[in-house]
Amino acid sequence: MWTPEIRHVASRKYAGQWREITGPAPVKMSKRRSAALTGAQGISLAQKLLRERLCHQKLPDQPVGLDSQYKYLLELLRRTAVHGESNSVLIVGPRGSGKTMLLGCVLRELMSLKEAQKNVLLVELNGLLQTDDKIALKEITRQLHLENVVGDKVFGSFAENLAFLLEALKKGDKSSSRPVLFVLDEFDLFAHHKNQTLLYNLLDVSQSAQTPVAVLGLTCRLDVLELLEKRVKSRFSHRQIHLFSSLSFAQYLDVVRAQLSLPPDFPDPKFSDEWNHSVTKLCEDKTVEEILRRNFNGSKDFRSLHSLLFLAVSRVSVSHSTLREADLIEAWRLISVDSKANVLHGLSILELCLIIAMKHLNDTYDGEPFNFQMVHNEFKKFIQRKSHSIHKFEKPVVMKAFEHLLQLELVRPVDSGVCKVQREYQLMRLMLEHGQVMEALQKYPQCPTDVKQWALSAFG
Amino acid sequence: MSHQKSFQYADLLSVLERVVDIMSAPDQYSYPSVFIYGHRATGKSHVVLSIMKDLELPHASVDCVECVSSGLLFHQVLSAFFGPDAAALLPRCPSLSDFVRLYKQMSSNSPATQTRYIILDRAERMRDMDFSLLPALLRLQELVNDNVTVILLSEIVWEKFRPNTGCFEPLLFHFPDYSKGKSLVQILSWDHHPSYTPELYASYINILLGVFFSVCRDLRELRHLAVLNFSKFCEPLEKGEAKESDIHKLWKNIEPHLQRAMQTVYLREVSSVQWEQQQMDEKEATTLRVLSAHAHIELPYYSKFLLIAAYLASFNPARTDRRFFLKSHGKIRKTNFLKKHEKTSNHLLGPKPFPLDRLMAIFYSVVDSRVAPTASVFSQISSLVTLQLLSQVGHDDQLDSPKYKCSVSLDFILAISRCVCVCVRLLDLLALSLVIQSQVVRQERSLFTAVSNLHLL
Repeated sequence: MWTPEIRHVASRKYAGQWREITGPAPVKMSKRRSAALTGAQGISLAQKLLRERLCHQKLPDQPVGLDSQYKYLLELLRRTAVHGESNSVLIVGPRGSGKTMLLGCVLRELMSLKEAQKNVLLVELNGLLQTDDKIALKEITRQLHLENVVGDKVFGSFAENLAFLLEALKKGDKSSSRPVLFVLDEFDLFAHHKNQTLLYNLLDVSQSAQTPVAVLGLTCRLDVLELLEKRVKSRFSHRQIHLFSSLSFAQYLDVVRAQLSLPPDFPDPKFSDEWNHSVTKLCEDKTVEEILRRNFNGSKDFRSLHSLLFLAVSRVSVSHSTLREADLIEAWRLISVDSKANVLHGLSILELCLIIAMKHLNDTYDGEPFNFQMVHNEFKKFIQRKSHSIHKFEKPVVMKAFEHLLQLELVRPVDSGVCKVQREYQLMRLMLEHGQVMEALQKYPQCPTDVKQWALSAFG
Repeated sequence: MSHQKSFQYADLLSVLERVVDIMSAPDQYSYPSVFIYGHRATGKSHVVLSIMKDLELPHASVDCVECVSSGLLFHQVLSAFFGPDAAALLPRCPSLSDFVRLYKQMSSNSPATQTRYIILDRAERMRDMDFSLLPALLRLQELVNDNVTVILLSEIVWEKFRPNTGCFEPLLFHFPDYSKGKSLVQILSWDHHPSYTPELYASYINILLGVFFSVCRDLRELRHLAVLNFSKFCEPLEKGEAKESDIHKLWKNIEPHLQRAMQTVYLREVSSVQWEQQQMDEKEATTLRVLSAHAHIELPYYSKFLLIAAYLASFNPARTDRRFFLKSHGKIRKTNFLKKHEKTSNHLLGPKPFPLDRLMAIFYSVVDSRVAPTASVFSQISSLVTLQLLSQVGHDDQLDSPKYKCSVSLDFILAISRCVCVCVRLLDLLALSLVIQSQVVRQERSLFTAVSNLHLL
């Protein structure tokens, strides 16, 4: 049914490129700078670069604003990789502050060192994937490529298994053994495993002088050390790297400009110059600066910035070939909208009246839970006294509207367990604020005036 | 529905443009996860799947209601992208770790030339699955290092999904609901009957929306009601009593019918088959066999009195028993319960438990003949509990003084007392219980109508 519209919209955007590129070879970036690309190709290449930067979280050349942490971590890992010193460190920072990015940059630089490249083994574990110690051990075996060595052996305990693995890594002479870097993403989830065996054994190995092992944990919880057991905590070196962004707004604007600009090795220099020029002009615009300031005040991390920029960049197409401030304004509007207000917009009048009745009950009784009977009572009072336009509905019809609100989770039962209470008498709470309801009422299409008056009146 | 009409609804077209913008051209990346929310039947799954099919994008569409275990989800995704052989490589109870490992293996053999999309419909069910499944899927692009995007479709807003310690935030996207004037009427008019003009159908839809729009905006429900009631609407036309332009006459014919539909077929009290059959029978006054208990439950004579006594015991406070049920109650001490806070009225809070002795005492005073306390009377109480008209409160092993609660509503009791030839005193008792419980001082007028209604039974 949608086919002609979909093709029309897609073709307007991509100028026939949906069907053009069928083979795996993309548009090659030619080394000869003089080759100029057509407008559509230029846009497509720009989109590709920007999307890779904004969506795929490509590692930047140098992390912004994290110099001291970068140096510290690099030095620590170099000591493990080159000198064989065992270490453990935790990188702590809120979501989106750049923990994985920092680690990726450090590892990239580490692996460029000749000694490290030959020796160091990397094992990457993730708390979301390896939800159990057994699964984690299998994953470690696999990443160290030791499945054949282990074979069908049965081990008595986790420690034996791990010791066997590390023993197998020793090279020819017994004195030296290859350093292993264990990266534990979502470190706090590993602390929820039974007895924290994996953490205990890894940190134990890092404290005893068997093999040079570095344990790197990444977590978003500031209180991660409280989660560790005493014996595990004592084996941890208590080194923590905190990533709290200390960017000023001016630096933030520079980052935005850098993120949106095309690199100097873009194949079409004329196109990239024009693009970069338009980006600079955009960043100097007052409304854009206002939007970026509001985003900055909300959260300084780059992830939210990337989602805002992505929404703006996704509008760029052949017919719309530069980034304009209207795109950013639209993107900001999409991001900052209240989703519950959107949901309230689509409710029927009866459901809206029930929400207003619940709001009145909340106002009168200071947020105490209510049940369906009380809401129905309020609604009936409104119908009898003040309403002219709302028809008097039967109780089962009102119950069905109430159940729709339950399904949308705008109303939630107080104790979600199984109760022997009848449906009409089960206590509930409204999951909306007074302000949200009033705002939604303003935007509600063709709201009858008596309903609005009822909502605005002080007491039912 | 095959339609060559072009879309005139600007809001839906802008939504379409936005979704296509998020999709990427070949060889480009898209945002790792997108969350699309909107009311039921606003077209979320339909639009997304149509885009996937028409632009021939590689996608795996999974309905989370079908995925009782996460293994089923993994199986469907792998077989959609890499074929059934890849899915067969999954172990028996696959964990998320197995899925990611296998995906990485498969995608290194056949790398993605174009963004792969995983569409999870009714994503609110994922919150009940493994706690790590939702955060892991939101950042799947990073975990498997492949060009894949996960699209979540749901009715519920994103704030209810977010895990405790946070996760990768997806792009949020709202599908707007239909507006009455333009979109809804047009969409409903698409399935008009070929033998009548579209204008007639449009006026029928307008009448239908006039009755139902303030109650329900779900497109599926409205379509269902439109289809069921159209033949009744056209009845006067077929019989020759009215012409197509006599909208007023057609309205007068159909409107009471639609009101009745709201109380029965809209509430699913009767099935659509029963509804259609009832329309074919010419008799207007046949009462439909509805699902609700009060219409069809047949209780023995004393059980009805027991149930009425249980209702009175549940909803009247114990201290009023003396006043109602004794022939001579002496001095009435003026109590303050008339001034009680309206909220704590029993009719609003629910039934209160009462001991068996009190039930029997009220029963003996209510029933119109002398009843001996035989086992047959007591066993009727147990059968009422089995029928879930009464519910037992407290432990089963409390044999000497069990407590019960009445689980039926006033409508049911009134329906029962209509069947039983109840004397006026009982009606007064019911009316009085309404009086005491609902702050008579303020609601006199409504109460007098309530009492007079009772007397008219």
